[in-house]
Amino acid sequence: MGLGRFIGTLFGRSIDPQKRREKKSFQESLEKNVWGFIVMVAIVVSIGGIVEIVPLFYLDNTIEKLSREEDSIRPYTALELEGRDVYIREGCYLCHSQMIRPFRDEMERYGHYSLAAESKFDHPFQWGSKRTGPDLARVGGKYSNEWQVQHLRAPRSLVPESVMPDYAFLEGYKLDGVLTEKKMRALSMVGVPYSDADFAGAAAAVDGKTEMDALVAYLQVLGTMVKFEAGKDYRE
Amino acid sequence: MVGNVSENPNYNMAIVKAFAVCAVVYFVVGALVGDLIAWQLSFPSLNVSEYLSFGRLRPLHTNAVIFAFGGCTLMATAFYVVQRTCAVPLWSSKLAWFTFIGWNLIIVSAVVSFPMGWTSGKEYAELEWPIDIAIAVVWLSYMFNFIMTIANRKVSHIYVANWFFLGMMIMITYLHVVNSLAIPVTMTKSYSLFSGVHDAMIQWWWGHNAVGFFLTAGFLGIMYYFIPKQADLPIFSYRLSVLHFWALMFGYVWLGAHHLQYTALPDWAGSLGAAVSIAMIIPSWGGAVNGLMTLSGAWHKLRDDYVLRFLVVSLAFYAMSTFEGPVMSLKTVNALSHYTDWTIGHVHSGALGWVVMVSVGAIYHLVTRLWNKEIYSVGLVNTHFWIHTIGTVIYICAMWVSGIMQGLMWRATDDYGNLAYTFAESVVAMHPYYVLRSVGGLLVLLGAIIMLYNIVMTIRTAGQPNAAAARA
Repeated sequence: MGLGRFIGTLFGRSIDPQKRREKKSFQESLEKNVWGFIVMVAIVVSIGGIVEIVPLFYLDNTIEKLSREEDSIRPYTALELEGRDVYIREGCYLCHSQMIRPFRDEMERYGHYSLAAESKFDHPFQWGSKRTGPDLARVGGKYSNEWQVQHLRAPRSLVPESVMPDYAFLEGYKLDGVLTEKKMRALSMVGVPYSDADFAGAAAAVDGKTEMDALVAYLQVLGTMVKFEAGKDYRE
Repeated sequence: MVGNVSENPNYNMAIVKAFAVCAVVYFVVGALVGDLIAWQLSFPSLNVSEYLSFGRLRPLHTNAVIFAFGGCTLMATAFYVVQRTCAVPLWSSKLAWFTFIGWNLIIVSAVVSFPMGWTSGKEYAELEWPIDIAIAVVWLSYMFNFIMTIANRKVSHIYVANWFFLGMMIMITYLHVVNSLAIPVTMTKSYSLFSGVHDAMIQWWWGHNAVGFFLTAGFLGIMYYFIPKQADLPIFSYRLSVLHFWALMFGYVWLGAHHLQYTALPDWAGSLGAAVSIAMIIPSWGGAVNGLMTLSGAWHKLRDDYVLRFLVVSLAFYAMSTFEGPVMSLKTVNALSHYTDWTIGHVHSGALGWVVMVSVGAIYHLVTRLWNKEIYSVGLVNTHFWIHTIGTVIYICAMWVSGIMQGLMWRATDDYGNLAYTFAESVVAMHPYYVLRSVGGLLVLLGAIIMLYNIVMTIRTAGQPNAAAARA
């Protein structure tokens, strides 16, 4: 009971509330003034966010600097963008991460660790938080288009152990491209560098394609936009 | 035994009743969807339709339990506590009913949105922009009514439970507005204003504080009112509650970055998040001690007080998961635990152990007082208590084992330095634990249904006199 008594003397009921009230502290005045209380809380809860988030927008090294040879990061094409929207709609990010950490096993399994630069056009980011299925940050080019289509149709026909739902229905939905240009224009408003030519060609680029085609196009480009220099440390 | 709360006839208790009943209904719904998706992970053929696939139902589960069940519980208890501790009726009953109708319409819109695949793709903030705007408006109506009621109070000091409710309301407004900023394309499609690493940091600033403020600070408000009330004793330490409150308000905000350690987020941010996470053990345990020590000298009440039993066990889970969280934010542990089921287990030890237990205790307490009636069946409450506790423990243990096993299998190498297991092999190894988790979830769901039945029967018999044998 030594510890219990210690806590008791330090904090316990032995403190007479009447005595406490005699000394008017800042806390005491806050407890009597709801507006002052609100202002104090608003200040206190802001500090952490300001310290952690605001510098990310102005520190130069938040997004890695890549040389011209390394950097071929571009906005998604119209079809890839439509595929990405399917990926988001189906909640793929709930089971698949897109963020390889710099560990030996992860690099062996998935490839080079991810860079911040690689998701700089991703509104919203799709790093994920859970790997019920494998990471997809560098799945682009790992399998053929045919494999991807069959795997999405019926995952267990190729990977018997898989617990992924079937996405055969994606083949039944044709893209009409009505919204594609609008989507690209919305993204350009938040900083994705699409050109007038991209807008003009958007509808034609997806016309006649299915959601399955779009999703596969998106998967096939993931993680393929940086040519990594062997042995270079990208995170100093 | 059961006091009548209508000592001030102007108190608006109808709104509290409405939110409390909704909370129990949404508890059943949220647990039902949760258990369904748990079975889907065990047996993928249960993904029967594009509208009911795991990826579309999972946001429905998280939003239903956090914002429908958790939200209605917070609204019921905050409106109850603020009237009783300020000794005045709600500032505006009309505004309170606006909050009630608005919040329920938002929940209905979520039930439609997620199966349709209308999502912004940010975890725990998936609802699309028109609903996000509605959430902001309804949330502000809730907060404004709460603040104005405090401003009208007839007592000199603002009671500690109200500090926690208020802190929660302020921070959630802030987080929701910033994290939901987006460029609309259509009514059901938008793109986040932020991208990549910035979006990640802002999302997890929101994500962890949905836990830290919505699911912790708000429910601590419940703890600080209902534990002393139920035990009929003052809170153990005033000083400790001051410390608990300000440390929580200041500290929780930093923790989001620990979700992004070793990612492309600059290392300084993740490390800062982890460092503050570890320090958060102190205020969290201070709060748990404060709740538990309130019972010193009254532990015998646990023998026959079914409400207190829920409240006390909730604090034990609170202490457990606020220890586990900082441990998981340590870099070496996080390297193993991140991306695994351990995270899911941790969330559920907080959610099922702490949030649900404290809410259930508070709601049983509320129902008996609001309807001025002993609970319909104490036996059923006890059944609920045990079935829920066992279900939660099964769930957490299954996820500990599967999470740690996953982490170890993914990094294991053979004698030649090659990866020892394929990813598919790790998926197979999870199967028994996924089934076990589904069983744990089923017990929680059964408990929720028992609770709903018990409460409905209590309300239905509310006009009749209390049965003498009710507490036998």
